[in-house]
Amino acid sequence: MRGVIVRCCAALLAWCCLAGPALALSAADALAVARGDTDERIAAIHRLAGSADGRAAALLRALATESLKFSETQVFIVEGERALDALSGQPAALPDAAEDAMLNNRLRGALDTALAGIELFTAGPERQREAARSLQRNAFNDPDPEGLPLIEKALATELDAGARQSLELAQAALQLASEDQALRLAAATKLGEARQAIVRPLIEERLKHEASADVKAALTRSLAAIDRRLALASGLGQAFTGISLGSILLLAALGLAITYGLMGVINMAHGELIMIGAYATWLVQGLFRQYWPEAFDYYLLLALPAAFAASAAVGAVMERTVIRFLYGRPLETLLATWGLSLVLMQLVRSLFGAQNVAVENPSWMSGGLTVLGSLSLPWNRLIILAFAAAVLIGVSLLIARTRLGLFVRGVTQNRPIAACMGVNTARIDTWAFALGSGIAGLAGCALSQIGNVGPDLGQAYIVDSFMVVVLGGVGQLAGTVYAALGLGLLNKFIEGWAGAVLAKIAVLVFIIVFIQKRPQGIFALKGRSVEA
Amino acid sequence: MSSNTSQPRRLTLKTLAAAATAASLGFTGLSAHAQDTIKVGVLHSLSGTMAISETVLKDTVLMAIDEINAKGGLLGKKLEPVVVDPASNWPLFAEKTKQLLTQDKVAVIFGCWTSVSRKSVLPVVEENNGLLFYPVQYEGEELSPNVFYTGAAPNQQAIPAVEYLMSKDGGSAKRWVLLGTDYVYPRTTNKILRAFLKSKGVSEADIMEEYTPFGHSDYQTIIAKIKKFASEGKKTAVVSTINGDSNVPFYKELGNAGLSAKDVPVVAFSVGEEELRGVDTKPLVGHLAAWNYFMSIKSPANTAFVKKWSDYAKAKNIAGHKDKPITNDPMEATYIGFNMWAQAVTKAKSTDVDKVREAMAGQTFPAPGGFVSTMDKENHHLHKPVFIGEVRADGQFNVVWKTPGPVVADPWSDYIPENKGKKNVPSKAAKVASK
Repeated sequence: MRGVIVRCCAALLAWCCLAGPALALSAADALAVARGDTDERIAAIHRLAGSADGRAAALLRALATESLKFSETQVFIVEGERALDALSGQPAALPDAAEDAMLNNRLRGALDTALAGIELFTAGPERQREAARSLQRNAFNDPDPEGLPLIEKALATELDAGARQSLELAQAALQLASEDQALRLAAATKLGEARQAIVRPLIEERLKHEASADVKAALTRSLAAIDRRLALASGLGQAFTGISLGSILLLAALGLAITYGLMGVINMAHGELIMIGAYATWLVQGLFRQYWPEAFDYYLLLALPAAFAASAAVGAVMERTVIRFLYGRPLETLLATWGLSLVLMQLVRSLFGAQNVAVENPSWMSGGLTVLGSLSLPWNRLIILAFAAAVLIGVSLLIARTRLGLFVRGVTQNRPIAACMGVNTARIDTWAFALGSGIAGLAGCALSQIGNVGPDLGQAYIVDSFMVVVLGGVGQLAGTVYAALGLGLLNKFIEGWAGAVLAKIAVLVFIIVFIQKRPQGIFALKGRSVEA
Repeated sequence: MSSNTSQPRRLTLKTLAAAATAASLGFTGLSAHAQDTIKVGVLHSLSGTMAISETVLKDTVLMAIDEINAKGGLLGKKLEPVVVDPASNWPLFAEKTKQLLTQDKVAVIFGCWTSVSRKSVLPVVEENNGLLFYPVQYEGEELSPNVFYTGAAPNQQAIPAVEYLMSKDGGSAKRWVLLGTDYVYPRTTNKILRAFLKSKGVSEADIMEEYTPFGHSDYQTIIAKIKKFASEGKKTAVVSTINGDSNVPFYKELGNAGLSAKDVPVVAFSVGEEELRGVDTKPLVGHLAAWNYFMSIKSPANTAFVKKWSDYAKAKNIAGHKDKPITNDPMEATYIGFNMWAQAVTKAKSTDVDKVREAMAGQTFPAPGGFVSTMDKENHHLHKPVFIGEVRADGQFNVVWKTPGPVVADPWSDYIPENKGKKNVPSKAAKVASK
């Protein structure tokens, strides 16, 4: 109820300002914001932000979204096809000579603060929180006590709880250097709730100059609390990047775990099957853009089966025409599949060109989820993580619970007996190979969302895939999972302190040493089938 | 019987003779043909990690050749392009150069992007006294009499960019992340920048240097590191010398991680309109690039250049460009270099490397960037203005800062102590001239 009254008052106030000619937006002010020296423009922005004029706010918002144009005498707000005169808000004809009002990062920062000051009092809770956050960031970056009155005024009104917390932290940052010891103490204690690392230098700086022992103790406590939170966030962040890399390795290797792990085919063309999946995704994306642009965000739903089908079909043809004649001859298989990989690469190069193709993310895959205040987890990585888990569960259920899975296990464990039982082993081989290839296609679809798609895509993953499968233990799905996650975490851990180049080398060295010591991988098959 | 056997033998002899005549005729015919054209070598990666940047330069050379041929060619002869694909493979660059110079006998080569490819080509070009036009910004520390560098030297790109970020409008950056692909250009540029930053009073603790391999695609850790470094103190800026298709995952990750230009601006030296083609640039607005040309520059010369390229791309059905034509700095540098070479050949009345080299000194050309480009009389570099552009939501750049006029190149950067007293003159050229 009180909120409604406050808002009504604000509206009334804004209306009064609009009506009063003395405070109305003048052409000179509008032009001063749109062009000229950066310092003067920032001063003009602050002046307008303080004037509580609805047209001024619209002008600033238009500048922030870069939809402001100006001529010699007039400023225009461009809205799609039409242009509005910034002073009157009436539609106006845009002269040809009108120039764009340019922005740089310093102006953007100033605009951000100015707009936050306006929106804090007028916008809905969502925008209020954002405005409060940007005021907070500003206070942490540049603790200038001049911002205090605005924050205190906002705190006195009805506010969203999240916005209030941000503003209280901002207030604390600005009061940290206050003359009043009680205020300083309160500020020092309050800052302990902050989650951003950017507060640390502020507190450390204050610690150097602080005279009062109480405040000092509070500052030290706050610093320790922030450090604990940051350590947690950075630990989690590192674990997340490791697991994310692990999920990508897992996706890339899962298909190989079937074709190489279970069937024993050293499939050098595995990378190219991934690449075909990625190109299938690209084709589906292109079709959506051309024929069904309004549903573009959902193209992945169709791209997944398309990628699976394309790679599975290529895999089945490979198995039927080449690989089936080479079972039990690993060297020949290796050479033949390597040759096939070259053929597939050249084929794609001739069809789609040697350059990378651009696969756009659907909009729900960009951006990230912020947790613990400072840690942001990108959506595309989170989704791929969930996707890898889903594929893994699907494949293990398929192998463990279905008739096809039973046959595949039977054929890999003892081919002659399986054949005696009436299993058509040749057909099972084709199905199993197509399944492994199809999973590689799914991996390609996922990889297209985070990396480049080009004819060489597969080359980047073939070595990693083999590393994962060999390290995990050939013939074991569980081993593949552990190896993928382990390699991902190890790689990211080393990259954290030694850099990407060294991490790559270190992981290779680790695998060589590990395979020397334990050639059967992490998990070894036990039982009679191993000796067979 | 005997006549029967001799008949075919005679026939054989006859055929042989005929074949020989035909062959010699054909040969003379061929060589006469070779006399009619001037061969131009094009040495850009059309596949591999650098194809994203280099492919379009090949098309730029072909467009410039078409343009000259439409005007009747040079010295009364048509130009004939010889296009090879070194496939982002550095030793292959040297091999292909050898082939161009010794087998195809090209008069000039336009090529290379990465410095490692140029370094690999350099001994071959020098040994065979060839002529290479190199159109990309680079780290300096090199001055060969056989190379004309039409891209920027460090003082024409890297140093002004860093100075801008230090200025009030650039955000008064105090801490620096130097991020690059692991090879000679980023390492040397960062060496120069480190020395420059130190000369401006930036301490060691405020500089972080990071490298990733070519084709690196997982930038999560690096972005997390940058975030951490930036939160440890004063205003931070990132100087990126990442090259090739790694830039796509890098900028995607940057956007997803919410590292906005207001907080930590990233200035890139190898990212232009072409590299950002496949990236959603809305979260990247405000990040920067330093070049000597942007497609968005408003000048009559640029409008003409962009139109020429659009028409060419449409006519030749160039993938991507036929729907959305894009021009960038290395394309402009290629175009300037090609036209200057053509002017020099006309002036020297010969394609002989030594004569062309002499004629190149002081050549001028109205550059698409809207100024008159001048080839330095001595140091084989162009005088170019420097522009700093901000990424816009549509993938183009807004120029936010520029030098008042063209800057003279300083390939031996004074910020590297060993360069003190080195003159910006190619050493062998001096000898050739004195001979």
